[in-house]
Amino acid sequence: MNSDKKTFSIKGMHCASCVAAIEGSLKKVDGVLEATVNLATEKAMVTFDPERVTDERLRSAVSNAGYQALINEEAKTESDEEKEKQKELRDLRIKVIVSLVLGGLILWGSFPGIIKTAPVFLKNFWVQLFLATPVQFWAGFAFYRATISALKHRTANMDTLVAIGTTVAFGYSAFVTVLPQLVIKIGIEPMPYFDTGTIIIGLILLGRYFEARAKAGTSEAIKKLIGLQAKTARVVRDGKEADIPISEVIIGDSIRVRPGEKIPVDGIITDGESSIDESMLTGESMPVDKITGNIVVGATMNKTGTFTFNATKIGSETMLAQIIKLVQEAQGSKAPIQRLADSVSSYFVPVVIMLAFLTFAVWYNFGPSPTLLFALLNTVAVLIIACPCAMGLATPTAIMVGTGKGAEHGILIKDAESLETAHKIKTIIFDKTGTLTKGQPEVTDIIPIGSISRDELLKLAGSIEKGSEHSLAEAIVRAAEAKQFMVSKVEKFQAIPGHGVEGVIDGARVVFGNKRLMDKESIDIGSANKEIGEMENNGKTVMMLGIGNKLVGLIAVADIIKESAKEGLAALQKLGIEVVMITGDNQRTATAIGKTLGITRILAEVLPDQKEAEVRKIQAEGKVVAMVGDGINDAPALAAADVGIAMGSGTDVAIEAADITLINKDLRSIATAIILSKKTMRTIRLNLFWAFGYNVILIPVAMGILYPFFHLLLNPIFASVAMATSSVSVVSNSLLLKRKKFF
Amino acid sequence: MSLDKIVVTVASIAGMGFTYWFFLAKKEKEVQVSGSIDIAVEGGYTPEVISIPKGKSVKLNFLRTDSTVCLEEVVLGDFKIRKYLPLNQKVVIEVTPERSGEFIFTCGMNMYHGKIIVK
Repeated sequence: MNSDKKTFSIKGMHCASCVAAIEGSLKKVDGVLEATVNLATEKAMVTFDPERVTDERLRSAVSNAGYQALINEEAKTESDEEKEKQKELRDLRIKVIVSLVLGGLILWGSFPGIIKTAPVFLKNFWVQLFLATPVQFWAGFAFYRATISALKHRTANMDTLVAIGTTVAFGYSAFVTVLPQLVIKIGIEPMPYFDTGTIIIGLILLGRYFEARAKAGTSEAIKKLIGLQAKTARVVRDGKEADIPISEVIIGDSIRVRPGEKIPVDGIITDGESSIDESMLTGESMPVDKITGNIVVGATMNKTGTFTFNATKIGSETMLAQIIKLVQEAQGSKAPIQRLADSVSSYFVPVVIMLAFLTFAVWYNFGPSPTLLFALLNTVAVLIIACPCAMGLATPTAIMVGTGKGAEHGILIKDAESLETAHKIKTIIFDKTGTLTKGQPEVTDIIPIGSISRDELLKLAGSIEKGSEHSLAEAIVRAAEAKQFMVSKVEKFQAIPGHGVEGVIDGARVVFGNKRLMDKESIDIGSANKEIGEMENNGKTVMMLGIGNKLVGLIAVADIIKESAKEGLAALQKLGIEVVMITGDNQRTATAIGKTLGITRILAEVLPDQKEAEVRKIQAEGKVVAMVGDGINDAPALAAADVGIAMGSGTDVAIEAADITLINKDLRSIATAIILSKKTMRTIRLNLFWAFGYNVILIPVAMGILYPFFHLLLNPIFASVAMATSSVSVVSNSLLLKRKKFF
Repeated sequence: MSLDKIVVTVASIAGMGFTYWFFLAKKEKEVQVSGSIDIAVEGGYTPEVISIPKGKSVKLNFLRTDSTVCLEEVVLGDFKIRKYLPLNQKVVIEVTPERSGEFIFTCGMNMYHGKIIVK
């Protein structure tokens, strides 16, 4: 059967379920052999029988799933969102310039102090009406449109307030201009306020312009991550190399990567070696050396060597795609601290409108003369100064910057709630094996006794352990192989459970094992007792090698503590956080390791299924507890903790089990994550304090609460300045998080 | 108190009462959904309150026809979704609620609100 391949863009995708839905729908089409959809590139790759499948059928399959297929259409280099945003910003800029220029001219012709310098025609009210009309109804059209459509739903927002406020100012001014004699009749000088309405519209639009630009900065992290994706891959198929679009790579493809090239997808090196810069995903600045059999991650940068690897994960399965998904989810999630803003936001605008009515009535009844003017201007000030946007933006913008900043440094935060809880952590429980230690026992000491050399001792131990299946034996064999020792032939090999091994090498009887084995063989270890004790007290397991009836050497094996452990734990203790180690090891070894790391609270001899209960016990002490584990074996304990922190490994990002995943596996990142959480929360609190404080203080000021005491009133123009800056300042404060140093 | 002041006072009180009734005392119409529903995004969300069954996947097809900046993003915080809604383009958001309760969805600035009731 003939088969053909086609790659096309898909519009409307947003998550992994979209991928599954589109793939499922495409696969149902009769004649489609394979369909793979890539979320990051928003493309589908379909293998099909060209005699049975048409473009139209593919298009309709995608459409049935609720998306749009762009078959045979040029893929867009710039996203629709980006284009639309750019257009919006351009339009907004023009409106801001026109409003402020026209408003400025009106202000020149009407504001006391500068009016004297203005040309005569600008002082003419009809000219001012002519200049103000396009600002009110063209530049300010967006406020009216939003107000009308919101009113249809019986809702109101900031646009409603601006529309009512500026319409009141414009309407009064137009009335004064057209029918001045009516105003004179009621004892008011016919003075329009066209400057107020136009400048307010100009400044609020200016605020929106800056806000839109600043807001774009809050989602920069996602754009950066998406931008990391390689565009092409050099695939070796049937002995021929060819550059193909990344969306056409399939699992099992052999891909060649040359120095300076980006690794296109995840896979395992099959040939060659190189040094790879993974900093873009892990935040770790040192390049990592990789050899055959090692995992490589898509979007990381090959530095020096050329190698070939086998693609194991593509499309939405790659580590990069998973990271993007996680960060997007975190940025869309809601922090508990936001609840107050949530509950206030529904009532805010209607309450401000009611306060505006109250202001008008109070000033009209009790204000100084001309009461109508005072009532009008203060009502406009109340409507204009209120800023619900700042409250709405206070939390999400900081969460977006905080989670993005974490992702840039290999700290993946699952949601806003985890980020919020992390700053309250009082105790952190570390699983020992694989978290504080490397999880792979290694030879730490080789101590020859007598005339034997270190290498000879290791060679003998490696040879005799070759036949053993014990995990410690593995460490010794690995150490011997690393030195490329030729293993000697072992005869009469025998493993003695609980003791060690024995055999004959080059005609000599060799025994290798613990003290019990030495006792059994009547080998005197007296001379080495001191060294053995010291090593055991350092958390090492000591094995002894005897030839004939003589002890010839000691080899100690230990699970090596991670380089970052000591520094990482010290950083946490500096933050005032209690550090606890949990392990299945015996008390003596656990205490020794704890001592090395400066941990005093140790939970030893804990079976894996008891870890969760231990977490709950510490929570019962009233503490907010974080659990750090590998994310797979410790899943129940991670889930039980207030914050589960998983150390990611390779491409296996244990996202589901953990609240925070450290893809850089660096224990120092835990303190960094907590500092990030503290700083983000501080930013949120400051934002909320500012947003609430701003409205709580300035709305009464605009109502004229200071007038009876200080004869102080808020000019509506200043109200618009305050309003325009309030949202911008909240977003800018969130963006300051980007500049803060955590590392 | 002069007549004009009485008129202004009565009108202001009536205005406050009307504002309260119009914006805060409205009754929400609940729309039962199974499978998928089109939600128009124009000056808010229509329908505003939807009811969906627990554990079932539901597609919410948002179509924004309103260019108001606030509405360009829809946020379903409890479902960890923040999505850009291009103008005049349908955006499908699939949710599978695992627990019952009331979940608010809002615009990016938290000014327009809708509600998902999971039963």
